[in-house]
Amino acid sequence: MDIFIQQLINGLVLGSMYALVALGYTMVYGIINLINFAHGEVLMVGALVSWTVVTALGDTGWPGWVLLSLSLVAAVLVCMALNVAIEKLAYRPLRNAPRLAPLITAMGMSLLLQTLAMILWKPDYKPYPILLPDEPYEFMGATINLVQILILGVTALTLAGLMALIHGTSLGRAMRATAENPKVAQLMGVRPDRVISATFMIGAALAALAGVMWAANYGSVQHTMGFLPGLKAFTAAVFGGIGNLGGAVVGGVLLGVIEALGAGYIGELTGDVLGSNYQDIFAFTVLILVLTLRPQGLLGERVADRA
Amino acid sequence: MRALMQSSSGMPRLRLFIGCALALAVLPLALQPLGEAWVRILDTALLYILLALGLNIVVGFAGLLDLGYIAFYAVGAYLFALLASPHLTDNLPALAAMFPHGLHLPLWGAIPLAAVAAGLFGMLLGAPTLKLRGDYLAIVTLGFGEIIRVFMNNLDAPINITNGPKGINSIDPIHFGRVSLGEPWYLPAWLPAGLEGVALPPVTLHYYLFLLIVVGAVVLTQRLHDSRLGRAWVAIREDEIAAKAMGLNTRNLKLLAFGLGAMFGGVSGVLFASFQGFVSPESFSLQESVLVVAMVVLGGLGHIPGVVLGAFLLAALPEVLRQVAGPLQAMTDGRLDAAILRQLLIALAMIGIMLVRPRGLWPSPRHEDQLMPDVADAAKAGEGAR
Repeated sequence: MDIFIQQLINGLVLGSMYALVALGYTMVYGIINLINFAHGEVLMVGALVSWTVVTALGDTGWPGWVLLSLSLVAAVLVCMALNVAIEKLAYRPLRNAPRLAPLITAMGMSLLLQTLAMILWKPDYKPYPILLPDEPYEFMGATINLVQILILGVTALTLAGLMALIHGTSLGRAMRATAENPKVAQLMGVRPDRVISATFMIGAALAALAGVMWAANYGSVQHTMGFLPGLKAFTAAVFGGIGNLGGAVVGGVLLGVIEALGAGYIGELTGDVLGSNYQDIFAFTVLILVLTLRPQGLLGERVADRA
Repeated sequence: MRALMQSSSGMPRLRLFIGCALALAVLPLALQPLGEAWVRILDTALLYILLALGLNIVVGFAGLLDLGYIAFYAVGAYLFALLASPHLTDNLPALAAMFPHGLHLPLWGAIPLAAVAAGLFGMLLGAPTLKLRGDYLAIVTLGFGEIIRVFMNNLDAPINITNGPKGINSIDPIHFGRVSLGEPWYLPAWLPAGLEGVALPPVTLHYYLFLLIVVGAVVLTQRLHDSRLGRAWVAIREDEIAAKAMGLNTRNLKLLAFGLGAMFGGVSGVLFASFQGFVSPESFSLQESVLVVAMVVLGGLGHIPGVVLGAFLLAALPEVLRQVAGPLQAMTDGRLDAAILRQLLIALAMIGIMLVRPRGLWPSPRHEDQLMPDVADAAKAGEGAR
């Protein structure tokens, strides 16, 4: 039983990070119908920027939470600027091009960011310092540490803030209107370019946050670290119904939990033939099953067969 | 190829054809003295062309975005690796008893077998997923590719099948009778003076084999494109509902596209495995899938000369630049080594070419062969109107 609780906690923590990244995918997809393949790399840049700040300020003797907050601010700012630049450079000129063209530039961007990060930060794994007290707390027979509690809490707060932004501000209304119908939104006085830039900025901030969490939780950063979380988060977005904010959160959390439970129990279930090294398979198997049985995703609306 | 020939007519056309054929035949002999690495680049480029031609059937003709295409390449490569190397007999004593001389599947057996196996895999993947809309299909195929890779990485226990991340080595080179492509071949003595006894190294021999297969594939895909089947695929790509209303069996046609595309992948996999003599999961990463998609799109979706050009450029150009990367590496304190430079160039090419020519370098001249630019918009408008 305590394995179950433990894996549930791990899954929720993992799922929170997936959810934050998935939101970025789903918002961009909702507005410009583009799978932003470079989004996972934004998480990676966020984590590496945070690592740079933390190690640069390591000698000052400031307390860990100050360093962490400072590095988070730096990561969020850098990622916002980066994502807006990516959109301006690689996606905006192709807004009316054939459908596959921006997808290819997005994949190119992903590869470019990874390569540049490898050149800039060198390809080795870098240990991320332990900044917060990491003694575990007992909780219903399982253990949880401060970083994990913070991840859960911060994610919940961020999601509440995001919902308030989307449903309570004029920017949020403009974003929803653009997602619904860009042309009519424009006629109503919404500036699409501004809305799209804002969307990319918000997505980048969420990804940077997830990147810092990832680094603090797993304790190492590297230039390829964004690839799998990015892929899984996109899976989560599709799983929940792409274009649907609630769906991204539900999909992300569910995917994290399924992965953690799957990895925890696969050995027992298959009589130790398959081990936890098959963890990555769960996300994709679930995805294939869900899409086959419910192609619009868990919370997505059924859309007419077009495109 | 045919489009090339159609552009001119009569005698010049024939002359152009013979000129091209001669140039392609002499090319490796001209490059050989400069170093075998150059011919090796050509070989790799030919393999990529074959992959791109196969993917073009799926993405270019039928309009199904497949991001897991490399999985079929892996199926072909691993199939040949298992059936033509000592790996299986070393690990399974029962098999070793059955085949005392080891497993040595010849090429004429391996190619059809790999084509069928990869084609079946393609249909297996296609069957449950073909209901999906464009981007969903992309992500499912991507997931399938990753699943195959995870299995390649982990199927070394409990029974060692794939040997995990270490991969399988000492795969047989291709044999034709007593001629092995793994050893240099000497031109026969009856040739005029100066030519007899000249050695053709393995890379050059592989070049001719690959060239032959690629030319066959070009002819085949071009014939497919011009056939009833090709027109049906284009109809599905342009408007699936209309195609269905016209009485096309869209499900079977899409399955067929998936299966045929996968076959090309399987065959290139066999060639790759025997050419390298070694396979490991590293060669079949998502990045490779993305690279092949990029080749098809950069060249010109659905347009065969364009696809060949795109594949050749993306495969060969970074390799060529890699040859001259030495000084750059010294200048940047080792940060810009050859592999990084190659990645950087591929990434820049993908972004740059798309920005300058969103339809690809050599797009199809006929309007109906191009993807409609406003498909996404139309879907979007339809969504909003409901």
